[in-house]
Amino acid sequence: MNSAPIIAPLTLLFASIFTSNILLANFLGMCSFIAISKDMDSANGLGMAVTVVLVLTAAINWVVLHFILVPLGLEFLQYIVFIMVIAAVVQILEMVIDRVSQSLYMALGIFLPLITVNCAVLGVVLFMQIRNYAFVQALAFGLGSGLGWWLAIMLLAAMRRKIDKAPVPAGLQGPGITMITIGMMAMAFIGFSGMLKVQ
Amino acid sequence: MSDHKPATVLRENVWTSNPIFMQVLGICSALAVTNLLINTVIMTVGVTLVTGFSSLTVSLIKKWIPRKVRMIIQTLIIAFYVIIVDLVLRAYMPDVSKNLGPYVGLIITNCIIMGRAEAFAQSNAPIISFWDGITSGLGYMGVLLVVAVIRELLGFGTLLGYQIMPASFLPWTIMVMAPSAFFILAFIIWIGKTIQFRQTKGATA
Repeated sequence: MNSAPIIAPLTLLFASIFTSNILLANFLGMCSFIAISKDMDSANGLGMAVTVVLVLTAAINWVVLHFILVPLGLEFLQYIVFIMVIAAVVQILEMVIDRVSQSLYMALGIFLPLITVNCAVLGVVLFMQIRNYAFVQALAFGLGSGLGWWLAIMLLAAMRRKIDKAPVPAGLQGPGITMITIGMMAMAFIGFSGMLKVQ
Repeated sequence: MSDHKPATVLRENVWTSNPIFMQVLGICSALAVTNLLINTVIMTVGVTLVTGFSSLTVSLIKKWIPRKVRMIIQTLIIAFYVIIVDLVLRAYMPDVSKNLGPYVGLIITNCIIMGRAEAFAQSNAPIISFWDGITSGLGYMGVLLVVAVIRELLGFGTLLGYQIMPASFLPWTIMVMAPSAFFILAFIIWIGKTIQFRQTKGATA
């Protein structure tokens, strides 16, 4: 689309962690975010896995998009291609981790299948394509989004531990109070938006 | 879900096990478009159609899908329908398509579609699977439309672009921003669940 002004990769990295957090500002990756944020260990594992997958898929999909799809005029196939690349990366990563380190596999591997259908991953790839990022920017954006997601899920898991002990109205228990918590986090993160101006 | 009569499926998907407020599924790609009603309508119609047709397709070809690769096949089927929706939007409603941006593509990763394909279409006949997909989409649409109406009315003072609120109305900036979507959804979940608790209590007492 229109040629976006070149944003410095480092700015983009911090912007995607704080001011335009992929989860709190763009609502991406909510499903596993709510399901897995019950305890901090799983949240940590999933956050790490999402970050790794995001960086890899952002990089690989950038290459695929600019060296295969665009030259061949196949942009309309991008959804299928992107999701296949994501699925393949996740599958390969799972096998590699299984081979390399059993303890890492126990910490990370079990979350990997969930990531293929994590909206944040596909979302980052699509944003990268729509905003016309260059390769380094795409990497920074992928890394920043992953770290931002990781930060958000850790914060939420920590808060949910406290909320578990609090008296919450029956109808609000579970997803209801979680949504309110996320809403407050989102408000807090809006406070960062004065620091950086991106988009 | 022992018997699959169309009316039972409809009631379950729209109310008793509504994908959003009972299961909190599929809100990823959806909340972001609820700041304007028109975007929400287009988006939820798209999701409903994609859910219906991908459930139908999965159900039709379920015999030939090897178990091990069924997730990826389902994803491909969903992606196929999403591409159709995207191309139609681009051709006939370029403005809306631009507004929705990446969120049309993100229908692919909407957990509801995958969830219905996996939980229902995989083990049921095609027609009822199609109905199941459509009704799940309707349940999803209902909740999101409420969120969108509240957000657009309070955030811009308009509905579908028409001025509703008097000119003296001061728009609530928060409604345009992300947190309001979470809060409104939380309240809808709260109200919905409370009514359901009352009903089950009334049924057992």
